[in-house]
Amino acid sequence: MTAPQTLFGKLWAAHEVMRRDDGTSLLWVDRHLVHEGSHHAFVKLESRGLKVAAPDLTFGVVDHYAPTRAGEMAADIRRMIDTLGRNAKAQGIRLFGLRDPGQGIVHVIGPEQGLTLPGLLINCGDSHTSTHGAFGALAFGVGATEVAHILATQTIWQQRPKTMRITVDGELGAGVTAKDLALHWIAELGADGARGHAIEYAGPAVRALSMEGRLTLCNLSIEGGARLGLVAPDQVTFDYIKGRNFAPKGADWEAALRDWSQLATDTDARFDREVALNASDIAPTVTWGTSPEEALPITGHVPDPARLSGSKQAQARAALEYMALEPGMALDQITVDQVFIGSCTNGRIEDLRLAAKVLAGRKAVVPGLVSPGSAQVKKQAEAEGLADVFAQAGLEWAASGCSMCVGMNGDRVGAGKRCASSTNRNFKGRQGRGARTHLMSPAMVAAAAVTGHLADVRPLLEGRA
Amino acid sequence: MTGWTQINGTAVALPQENVDTDQLIPARFMSAPRADGYGKFLLHDLRQDAADHVLDRHAGADVLITRRNFGSGSSREAAVYALVDFGIRAVFAPSFGDIFQSNAVNNGLLPARLRDAEIDALLDAIGTDAVSATVDLEKCAAVIAGHTLTFELDPVWQEKLVNGWDDIDLTAQHNDRIKDFRTARFAAHPWAVPAS
Repeated sequence: MTAPQTLFGKLWAAHEVMRRDDGTSLLWVDRHLVHEGSHHAFVKLESRGLKVAAPDLTFGVVDHYAPTRAGEMAADIRRMIDTLGRNAKAQGIRLFGLRDPGQGIVHVIGPEQGLTLPGLLINCGDSHTSTHGAFGALAFGVGATEVAHILATQTIWQQRPKTMRITVDGELGAGVTAKDLALHWIAELGADGARGHAIEYAGPAVRALSMEGRLTLCNLSIEGGARLGLVAPDQVTFDYIKGRNFAPKGADWEAALRDWSQLATDTDARFDREVALNASDIAPTVTWGTSPEEALPITGHVPDPARLSGSKQAQARAALEYMALEPGMALDQITVDQVFIGSCTNGRIEDLRLAAKVLAGRKAVVPGLVSPGSAQVKKQAEAEGLADVFAQAGLEWAASGCSMCVGMNGDRVGAGKRCASSTNRNFKGRQGRGARTHLMSPAMVAAAAVTGHLADVRPLLEGRA
Repeated sequence: MTGWTQINGTAVALPQENVDTDQLIPARFMSAPRADGYGKFLLHDLRQDAADHVLDRHAGADVLITRRNFGSGSSREAAVYALVDFGIRAVFAPSFGDIFQSNAVNNGLLPARLRDAEIDALLDAIGTDAVSATVDLEKCAAVIAGHTLTFELDPVWQEKLVNGWDDIDLTAQHNDRIKDFRTARFAAHPWAVPAS
């Protein structure tokens, strides 16, 4: 009898090429995803005269700098996109370029193309690579030196993280989403609460999530400091994957299902840390500060720094000053200047459906941008009539990319402007210099759009099936 | 990358929590080639918005003392390039973002962990001055503003920093094992090869 193992333990063992005496493991990488930001790594590779070791397992995508609106591209943006194209061509890497029907945000198209599968190890030079863990894959972000190492060797040296299980009992209420669940636990445990850990999300409320919801949940693992997030694969996962472009077919599909059915934490397996939450305690949640941990239920009030102690007090003061908020004000009194729906966190079809459900027959009272997570999501949203709902509400319907989540393509929030955003980071200057970001679910963004202030989406969803 | 064992220089304080990588280098600067130097981008907006930022007043600083969760957020190694190109060689904090720490070590930058109380005492002692700082990487010891400290550092990282090791060279010795692993993995799990 072998000792009971966690899902994480099984995945780690399956990828361990070797382990050094110091405990560091060399792990095999099944999929390596690169984007325009990987240029530093290609320079490193070239400077050593090395080639990409496994171009068949390496996929490139234009997303961070992808323009989402018609018009001339700025010279530096064009250069970044061209550089990736040149590197991909020189190294024989399949590229999802700007005009490819499969283009989109790397963490949206991995799953969409069937590149992301249970049991794989997936790396990308982007912290939100944790997203792919929703399939029961070992997926984590790496820096440029590590990207260069993976390009050169198709492996990565890693120290084994500790394990942590977040079990969510109960059921999320109507209008409460995976985004709210994620912001809730990060507010509870802190933006470094899961530092050094691999999280497995479990429990009925997690099982009940769609693939899109699980992707959102795992995506935000990094905002709580975790190395990666995992959800054990199940029928929901298999149904999502079947028939996708790069997904296994025929006998391989049958073999895959047999392997994937083993990918669960054994009964009695031990985690280094266990956290229990109840879904019924979670309300639609918004951030008020400049770290994702500074989040509260929409029914709450902006904290009063005077009631906090030590460095927390200074931190809250600085956050309120940057965000131009008064202590004690009701969160639903905070007026916004604009809204954004999109990103690797919440740019999938289900996100757009939920936002459209709120917006249908209503008008946005502030301007806003909607950038679908991929060209396929865009096409599907147009076919379902969602794009028309956004347009009729007065929001701009754009092409797919990282867009206003990170502002690299020029989609930015102006200095001093306040944006209700379905993205992942409310850091100072993240959406643009001096921009003020409030993170929330796409449904909550839609609620802010039609009311002009942060607002509880639940009454706006009443009577809408 | 060359290794190092000692710093004899100055330290400055950045008394903030959660200094994320978007603050360390705003995204709009990241299309610049590294060869041009990233030091000018370090905490760019913060420095411009402050009248007399501590990093501008003490532009020769080697060591940064700061609060918890330094380098959280994006995996951008450019955040480390900005610190290193500015001249920072060690950061002392209660905790760091996981990806940032790895990036730091891969670029010769020491991410040294101290306890909250030690950081509080250092931040109080330093204020807005630049103080003398010596760091001994092999002993995991430092003297900063007269405070004698020992810091936590993973032994693997210590070894990499001291020797200036590059993983690509290290891994090249195991090429055959990697090749065998690939063959065995895809033979046992043919579904793991991307179909097309």
